[in-house]
Amino acid sequence: MSNQNYEIMIGLEVHIQLTNLKSKLFCNCSNDYRGAEPNTYVCPICLGLPGSLPVLNKKAVEFATRLALSLDCKINHRFWFYRKNYHYIDLPKGFQISQYNKAGGKAFADGGKITIKLNNHKKDIILNRIHLEEDPARLVHKGSIATSPYTLVDYNRSGVCLIEIVSEPVINSPEEAREFLKQLKSIVQYSEIANLDLQGSVRVDANISIVGHERSEAKNINSFKEVERALRHEIVRQKNILKRGKTLILETRHWDEKRRITISLRKKEFEADYRYFPEQDLTPIEIDDEFIDRVRDKLPEMPSERAHRLRREYDLSEFDSDNLVLDKDIANFFEDGVNSDPSFGPNEYKQFCNWLMNNISGWLNEHNMTIKNTKLHTKQVVDLVNYVKEGKITTKIAKSLMADLMEGESVSNILEKKDKTRISDRAFIENLCKDAIDENPKIVEDCANNTKAIKALIGRVMKKTRGQADPSITREIILKILRKMDIID
Amino acid sequence: MELDNYMAYELIEKIHNREITIQEVIQASFDKIDETDQCIHSFVNYSKQKALEKAKEYDTKLIGGQEFGKLYGLPFANKDLICMKDFPTTCCSRILEGFRPPYNAYVIERLVEQEGAIHIGNTNMDEFAMGSSTESSCYGPTFNPWDLKRVPGGSSGGSATSIASGQAILALGSDTGGSIRCPASFSGVVGLKPTYGRVSRYGLIAFANSLDQIGPITKCVHDAALMLEIISGKDPLDSTSIDGKVDNYTEEIKKTISKKVLGVPKEFFGEGVDNTVKKSVEKSIKKLESLGATTIEVTIPHLEYTVATYYLICMCEASSNLARYDGIRYGKITDDLSGDIFDVFRRTRGENFGPEVRRRIFLGTYALSAGYYDMFYLKALKVRSLIKQDFVNAFKICDSIVCPTMPITAFKIGELIDNPLQMYAIDILTCPVNLAGLPALSIPCGFDSNNLPIGFQIIGDYFDEKGILNIGYQLERELDIYRKKPPIIKGGI
Repeated sequence: MSNQNYEIMIGLEVHIQLTNLKSKLFCNCSNDYRGAEPNTYVCPICLGLPGSLPVLNKKAVEFATRLALSLDCKINHRFWFYRKNYHYIDLPKGFQISQYNKAGGKAFADGGKITIKLNNHKKDIILNRIHLEEDPARLVHKGSIATSPYTLVDYNRSGVCLIEIVSEPVINSPEEAREFLKQLKSIVQYSEIANLDLQGSVRVDANISIVGHERSEAKNINSFKEVERALRHEIVRQKNILKRGKTLILETRHWDEKRRITISLRKKEFEADYRYFPEQDLTPIEIDDEFIDRVRDKLPEMPSERAHRLRREYDLSEFDSDNLVLDKDIANFFEDGVNSDPSFGPNEYKQFCNWLMNNISGWLNEHNMTIKNTKLHTKQVVDLVNYVKEGKITTKIAKSLMADLMEGESVSNILEKKDKTRISDRAFIENLCKDAIDENPKIVEDCANNTKAIKALIGRVMKKTRGQADPSITREIILKILRKMDIID
Repeated sequence: MELDNYMAYELIEKIHNREITIQEVIQASFDKIDETDQCIHSFVNYSKQKALEKAKEYDTKLIGGQEFGKLYGLPFANKDLICMKDFPTTCCSRILEGFRPPYNAYVIERLVEQEGAIHIGNTNMDEFAMGSSTESSCYGPTFNPWDLKRVPGGSSGGSATSIASGQAILALGSDTGGSIRCPASFSGVVGLKPTYGRVSRYGLIAFANSLDQIGPITKCVHDAALMLEIISGKDPLDSTSIDGKVDNYTEEIKKTISKKVLGVPKEFFGEGVDNTVKKSVEKSIKKLESLGATTIEVTIPHLEYTVATYYLICMCEASSNLARYDGIRYGKITDDLSGDIFDVFRRTRGENFGPEVRRRIFLGTYALSAGYYDMFYLKALKVRSLIKQDFVNAFKICDSIVCPTMPITAFKIGELIDNPLQMYAIDILTCPVNLAGLPALSIPCGFDSNNLPIGFQIIGDYFDEKGILNIGYQLERELDIYRKKPPIIKGGI
């Protein structure tokens, strides 16, 4: 029983803020509310004051078109906005202006897909639709929502433009969900409509079910990273219920990020009836082919196209190029870097890519930063690749420079500083070199055949000094001794 | 001076020629209010001190030879649902008690800020404009100056009576299913409901946003034309406002109507239309013919469905438009804050909306609910397009349509208040115009045996305010009753 295989079905509703817009969806207030005093980026329209009317931000339509084209969706040429009616304190009008794809309504765009790769296997995650809507206000609690003595409302967020991306329930594992979101984030970044690294720019609702059983909807997942966690938890919870012989019910659950569990909010039978109907304060939106073509012509290169190009131009592997393009800034860093040194060839491209994907990305993840907000510049990584190639430093030493590199220090400066703590006493090193030669006759023998084996001897000296012996002095001394011994010319 | 002796366009000339000061005009306005408003109750809030200060300031500017607006110094009455910056704007509802908008409606910017009309106060109306009698106001009813026992019509009752009794020279109303034309008809003044989209709704507190339209209420057609010239046009803040040509209405009205073809819709003279009303309207049509217009019978076959269709749509929209009133950010909140936030919402709304508003929110919410939406709302939208098509067909063979505004004259206060269906039914001749989005004008055309005014309605094709004002003006001059005053005023009949 416990080893029973459950087939999982997941559908995601991803809300992203179009953070690159200058103003909100229906008024002129600034979209860039982060860090602002609460309730300062507001006007009669986004406060929903009596008598105010919404006016559609045309740029939002252009941004939505960009995303729709990037996701291969079919854009609807004519649609109304709809009112989604419900009472809550974050909604100053008592309804949210959104879109609706039933009862005569249409989404902004239908269909579309995102291709993911997992364990060398490609899969298309088919989308249901994408649509535009306004963000409700932000609620601020003291501590936990359950125990806070009050709720404060910050309307700075009210009316910010959201795009909702709805997938079909064709995602079969938390890993697939993670890959899907990774690709989505990348496409959003490439289409230049939002910076999803900003706090609060993403909200995900996930529908999860075990095939043959009722689904649950996990709401309030506030970052891409949390999604995988929430899904894992929810799947385990559902499996446990089934293992105990109980039945799953259709319900809405709340993802509690701090406790890392989902909590039941309401049974779906009593789901709110949103009484969708057309928003008549806005005229129908018309999008013609000419407009779509204009937007398409201006669309930047997308990650999948770029990965192809990187393979072609820099001879990178599929794995490397796919990973390199995910973050546009990293891919830009790569191209800028390798192109700045004309001596670079496929070998250096590969090395540069490795530095970026392993040590630098690792450091960024660990520090929860993006490459743009470090002081790292391309020249440093170019130097790094060259120093290692020229044997000036070992890879191991190079890796130890990471923290200083991120502060923007040049490789030569860092090495100079390190020099001061370095052992460069010739007599001391010479003794160690002699020891190393005596202790490793096999390597010495190798050196006679191939001078490259000297590296192994240098390594022994380094080991003895915990990497602090000056490598060039060490090399020089070993060469001298081996010559004296007539091992080499 | 007696304000009610003058039309707005006459007063403008007197002010420009310095035959009269603006201070005298504004003082006369408040004198009339002092004298009559305890009986009529046109106003719910006055702006006396500010108005007198403005008058003084404007007089000084006038002497200094500074440029002035087209409505410079004219006393203007505003319906209590059009936002005036920092002035209480309440929709005559307890739920908006104390609400002072931080901004001006587009029409206020135009009339007051740019053209120099002087705001003297906000006028009484049915709560949230839901009614045809001005009885559902939280401030109590307005009384018809032609017979104080009767209603002035609604919902813009206070605006109509302020003009009828000479308290103001210019007034604004809003018309969702007849709320300008009904009180114009019952109170014996001119009311114009413009084409949907002709006048920006920015700052008009919504009742039913696909039907609402702001329009002038005045003593004569010329004054309505003057106001319309000023408030019409595209406003970037109202997406539904239309960027069409605004005609020179005050000139256009003076043209001959000898080539006009007037459609007479037989359904508008059917059962339920009072005989006296019918006769008076028919007599006026004869007058128009004597001025050279020809008449032709037209048909609006879906008229019988308009009241049901209209009320369904307006209630659905109202249920959503009024959802924002919860007492949290502005307006009145319940004293009992116990329970959770939804308890507070419920109590606030239960205590502070009147019975008619609650009825419409309930019905509208019900009709939009899952399972009923197709049966009610979608069906109503379909009938709406049929009614629209009826008018489109009629305008293929005529220039304008002429008919009664209301099927009856003013009824007694309290007579229909407990019978909502009967109250709704009297909107039958006005609400089809809103469903179709057309412009329509109501002018007084006679009196019944109780000496109550009768309204004559002229419905125009889309954006043909020019045409209906032209016909209205010529009829008004021919009938020559527009200077008649209600008995409450000295010198009235």
